[in-house]
Amino acid sequence: MASLAKNLRVSQDAGDVAAREPAKMTAKAVNVFYGDTQALKNVDLEIRKDEVTALIGPSGCGKSTFLRCFNRMNDAIPSCRVEGDIALDGQQIYGADLDVVQLRARVGMVFQKPNPFPKSVYDNVAYGPRIHGLAATRTEFDEIVERSLRRAGLWEEVKDRVGEPGNALSGGQQQRLCIARAIAVDPEVILMDEPCSALDPIATAKIEELIYELRGRYAIAIVTHNMQQAARVSQRTAFFHLGELIEEGPTAEIFTDPKKQRTSDYITGRYG
Amino acid sequence: MTDPDPRARWQNPAMRRRLRRRHAAERRFRAWGMLAIGTAGFALVMLLISIVVNGYTAFQQTRILLDVRLDPDVIGAAEGLEGETFEGALQRADFQAAIRDSLRALFPRVQSRADVRSLQSLVSSGARTWLRDDLRRDPSLLGRSVSLWLPADDEVDMFAKGRVRRDVSEGSRRLSDEQIGWIDALEQQGRLRRFFNSGFFTSGDSREPELAGIWGAMMGSFLTLVVTLAISFPLGVAAAVYLEEFAPQNRWTDLVEVNINNLAAVPSIVFGLLGLAVFLNFLLLPRSAPLVGGLTLALMTLPTIIIAGRAAIKAVPPSIREAARGLGASPLQVVVHHVLPLAMPGILTGTIIGMARALGETAPLLMIGMVAFIVDVPSGFTDAATALPVQIFLWADSPERGFVEKVSGAIMVLLLFLMAMNGLAIWLRQKFEMRW
Repeated sequence: MASLAKNLRVSQDAGDVAAREPAKMTAKAVNVFYGDTQALKNVDLEIRKDEVTALIGPSGCGKSTFLRCFNRMNDAIPSCRVEGDIALDGQQIYGADLDVVQLRARVGMVFQKPNPFPKSVYDNVAYGPRIHGLAATRTEFDEIVERSLRRAGLWEEVKDRVGEPGNALSGGQQQRLCIARAIAVDPEVILMDEPCSALDPIATAKIEELIYELRGRYAIAIVTHNMQQAARVSQRTAFFHLGELIEEGPTAEIFTDPKKQRTSDYITGRYG
Repeated sequence: MTDPDPRARWQNPAMRRRLRRRHAAERRFRAWGMLAIGTAGFALVMLLISIVVNGYTAFQQTRILLDVRLDPDVIGAAEGLEGETFEGALQRADFQAAIRDSLRALFPRVQSRADVRSLQSLVSSGARTWLRDDLRRDPSLLGRSVSLWLPADDEVDMFAKGRVRRDVSEGSRRLSDEQIGWIDALEQQGRLRRFFNSGFFTSGDSREPELAGIWGAMMGSFLTLVVTLAISFPLGVAAAVYLEEFAPQNRWTDLVEVNINNLAAVPSIVFGLLGLAVFLNFLLLPRSAPLVGGLTLALMTLPTIIIAGRAAIKAVPPSIREAARGLGASPLQVVVHHVLPLAMPGILTGTIIGMARALGETAPLLMIGMVAFIVDVPSGFTDAATALPVQIFLWADSPERGFVEKVSGAIMVLLLFLMAMNGLAIWLRQKFEMRW
């Protein structure tokens, strides 16, 4: 636990910043069912723009399910039912007034396994702006592609081969390409579902650095089963267990001074 | 308990025997596998050999060199050329007389009417048409004597190709001893030769085997397949996409799926009956038309395309769909931009295999009247037509000896098309196969 605490690079004022601005996304009393089984029980959580929120917990605790509620990716699962209030800037995302297509443009997602389209690097990044009509001319597209790849820290590596297929990149580059693709539509929130679990340690370090750089520009929520990672990249941590949100608070507090016994057991490695 | 010596444990006679039995079982299994492959290969080789041996002569045509004098008086077109059109005179002209005269000049001793008729029957009745076509192409031939290679009658053709043996008794062959004598004489004079039978590929069906060709049947098959493809491909892809990507998973879709699989196994003649009942008797579409044949075969091909399409769509990794959905693509955009392009090689492979099956299909076409004797080459979707496999069936049903080689020749052409289509399917699959 001492070594964990050393890894923390959390600004101490994270809690104060949170108080200044209203939360970007709020979830209130969220219940999720798969058929008859309840996957999430009465979860409340806020995602703020100026901090990275990490969702941690053992496998099957519902953290990924919860993350996917924020951009309604669970809609595709026929047996899945979501109850409760989830709002983006105060607007109900499960209501009739917000189209799911627009919601997903505003709330982007990066998946567990890098999943670039089997198209060129350029087309991967330009796809989002193209379907949402965010650019009209070739120059505008070029600008968006370059800006997104720069922000994802990939531009220097691929600038000479944006025409090559995205699948030809290395695993870590593919994942950064997926991040570039997500930020190309200029979302307000980025959801990351274990973005490093398929990557080697060096690629993981690059993604973590990138998350650190993107903080503040986008509200970021990241699911991870790697506690060191949560400690390194996040300012706020939520611990899930068996579908319940056990504890939530500034990352430093969760890792150094957990209030609940189950949290403390988990982060000290007693189960997981 | 002490450990036994490992060498004793693994090398005692019982162990060795067991090992030997295992190796023997493996060798036996390999032998059975090779036997199975060998049997299949042998059957294929025998099939191909028998077809080629029977059919290669279909691409050759025996012709007789005749010195024909296109005398205006003999062919009776002289006075006609004044008043009526040239074409009308050509239609009325008696080219048979010119051929008869040239034959009599070759065999002056043949005098009686019966003998002259029997001599004349050595030349195909289609020779008249050849002469007429030549004269139409070049009217200056009128009044001149020209040396022409004209098609021989199918009996002569069969005899020249060795398909009819001369040592059987006269009563049991169609050619008389006298006719064989004339053929030998023609051969000695160098007036009997085999040419490449271009007519086999360029003309329609005929009662005369030496004049019959597959072009009409090929056009019929082509027009039919165009209709089949135009109907079954879009419908099949739409059904596959809907069932895979949009349909809710419930008992209703399960029922649809079971029925599609059942339809794929329905005997093709049943589709013919359906086509007869729906397209001919209810919708009153024209009989024997490629339009109806194509519609009927489309019904038959649809399940194949739907099943292949669903398999191809299912093989597209879900992560691609998630990526597109996560960017805000609508369900239709996910399908059109990502799923379909990735599934297309598989869908096309299934479609081509379905088309190949439709090309080789005979039974449903029998039910909707595409089995008629049709000489004209069809030029539209509602013209009466027949298809290549039906043509083969019709020829196989004909009594003339000359059609035997035509059957095998047409089968070779059909197999060539089928192989080309299957080859295209394999090429497409290998070229566009995606690995994740």
